[in-house]
Amino acid sequence: MSEIVLSDVCKHYGEVVAVQSTSLRIGEGELVTFLGPSGCGKTTTLRMIGGFVDVTAGRILVGGTDVTRLPPAKRNMGFVFQNYALFPHMTVAENVAFGLEMRKIGKAEIADRVKTALSRVRLAHLADRLPKQLSGGQQQRVALARALVIEPTVLLLDEPLSNLDAKLRQEMKTEIRLLQKSLALTTIFVTHDQDEALSVSDRLVVMSAGKVEQIGTPRDVFERPASAFVADFMGFTNLVPVKVEGHGRGQLRNGMAIAIDKESPIRGEGLLALRAEHMSLSSKPVSSDVNTTEATIEALTYRGSFVDYLVRLDDETRLQVRGEAQSPFAPGQRTFVAWQPDAGTLVAAGQA
Amino acid sequence: MNATAPATFYRVFALAVLGFIVMPLAVIVWVSFFSNKILSFPPAGYTLDWYTRAWERPEFREGLFLSLQTALFASLSSLAIGVPASLALTRYKFAGRDIVTNILLSPMVVPGIVGGAAMYIFYIEFEVATEVQVAGTLPGLFAAHLLVALPWTIRLVTASLIGIDHSISEAAASLGAGPVTIFFRVVLPVIKPALIASALFAFVASFIDLEKSLFLVGPGRTTLQIAIVSYLEWNLDSTIAAVATVQIAIIAVLLLITNRYAQLNRAF
Repeated sequence: MSEIVLSDVCKHYGEVVAVQSTSLRIGEGELVTFLGPSGCGKTTTLRMIGGFVDVTAGRILVGGTDVTRLPPAKRNMGFVFQNYALFPHMTVAENVAFGLEMRKIGKAEIADRVKTALSRVRLAHLADRLPKQLSGGQQQRVALARALVIEPTVLLLDEPLSNLDAKLRQEMKTEIRLLQKSLALTTIFVTHDQDEALSVSDRLVVMSAGKVEQIGTPRDVFERPASAFVADFMGFTNLVPVKVEGHGRGQLRNGMAIAIDKESPIRGEGLLALRAEHMSLSSKPVSSDVNTTEATIEALTYRGSFVDYLVRLDDETRLQVRGEAQSPFAPGQRTFVAWQPDAGTLVAAGQA
Repeated sequence: MNATAPATFYRVFALAVLGFIVMPLAVIVWVSFFSNKILSFPPAGYTLDWYTRAWERPEFREGLFLSLQTALFASLSSLAIGVPASLALTRYKFAGRDIVTNILLSPMVVPGIVGGAAMYIFYIEFEVATEVQVAGTLPGLFAAHLLVALPWTIRLVTASLIGIDHSISEAAASLGAGPVTIFFRVVLPVIKPALIASALFAFVASFIDLEKSLFLVGPGRTTLQIAIVSYLEWNLDSTIAAVATVQIAIIAVLLLITNRYAQLNRAF
């Protein structure tokens, strides 16, 4: 059993609260991503779990054992650092062997396990190289092999892909996920990249300013953001002020009545989160079961396969709408903006 | 044409500066082989006599041995003290850290003659208070040379420790290493070039010191630098050039050996 439980964990630096009281359960074999902008507390939380940062209050349990006060050396966790942190004076094989030597394992067995670990990341042929002779992606894989060879209870990855170029990032992302699944290893992955987070995780923990904003599956978070912050972070380009009247009815500031989510508990002032690509423009009003409001084209940006329009409603609200590349609108023109009622998500009014 | 004129000027200027640095060394080596009775130009012929003469004079021989001995002690003891001090200065934040750093580096900026006089007075006062003689003893001399060497060690080792990526220590810890193992298996090997460089600089700084030794060497003993100065007071022949050449050779060999085992240019 190696589920991770955080119970009311927080971190204060003097007056500054780096991580507010956080409780979280990460299931056995699950890959959970801590996602958020820099300074949101995601790395601090990971480092508390790894034992590099003391917790101010609260408890951390791994597989039912309280590790809150254990030094990192006693936690048996695999940690992969953002800059890989390979030992520069040791060869690839020596780097990977280090953790096993610390466990006083016999030479022959170490050699065996290092070999297995390196072939798992397809680096067996580079065993005698020094880290500086390797490319970034190869260094990353050594770091991964070194963390995994000790058969850790959990794997902790701190922005493991941020120093790689786009193509390699794609490869490593897949590789990490496959490896994690085949080992059924409880894993925490820290990143600021929503695309990375969506494609690699079982669940996301979205954080902002030391606070957990939302916990959910990638689909939950991407389609049903729980706050204005999450909506903005997950690429909802438009947060439109709306007065919620209940029973699935709402009103825009320009007076336009629209249909909104019936289930939402939000009443009164709210924000309707809409993606640019889920809205469309037309020169005539569309059928009445679609939300439609009149607007003026203010600017457009040609993006190759599509065009991004900036449109203004009569109450000065601005919206970004994505149109087809050959759509015929020009700045100054009157137009109708339309979207399906279920394309919008209501979030509480608050700062994005 | 015009575009390359500044480039040509810089090249000439750079060569001139290099020449200015190398010339005195080259001249002293050259002069050490002149057969002229007193230091003069041009050479009347060439000889190796000055080297045998220098070796035959006990003050140079004994001076050389004492200087080597002192420098070796200064170099090793400044490592023994400087490395833990540098670790503390770089690892921990504590009140007065900057002050401690500056105190440790201060012997570098206090003129040698002032430091030497101060140490001498301190030793005498110490003797008056405790009746333990320090001034004029070998331990007294060694202690003073430790002060000459220590700032070099602190400077170089601290710089190297600051440059070291702290996450490699954390990586070692997460792999199960305790603090002592981390130090010996991860930190030490990574700062090895800086350790070797600082040992070398400490050695040289002590070896070439004249002012502190002058006050503290004690009767019946002499360092090489003191021997050179006293010889120059009464003689002006190429013996001095021969002694200087041997010194240059010793330091050059040390540099070469060091550079073989530690890339010195990577120590800074």
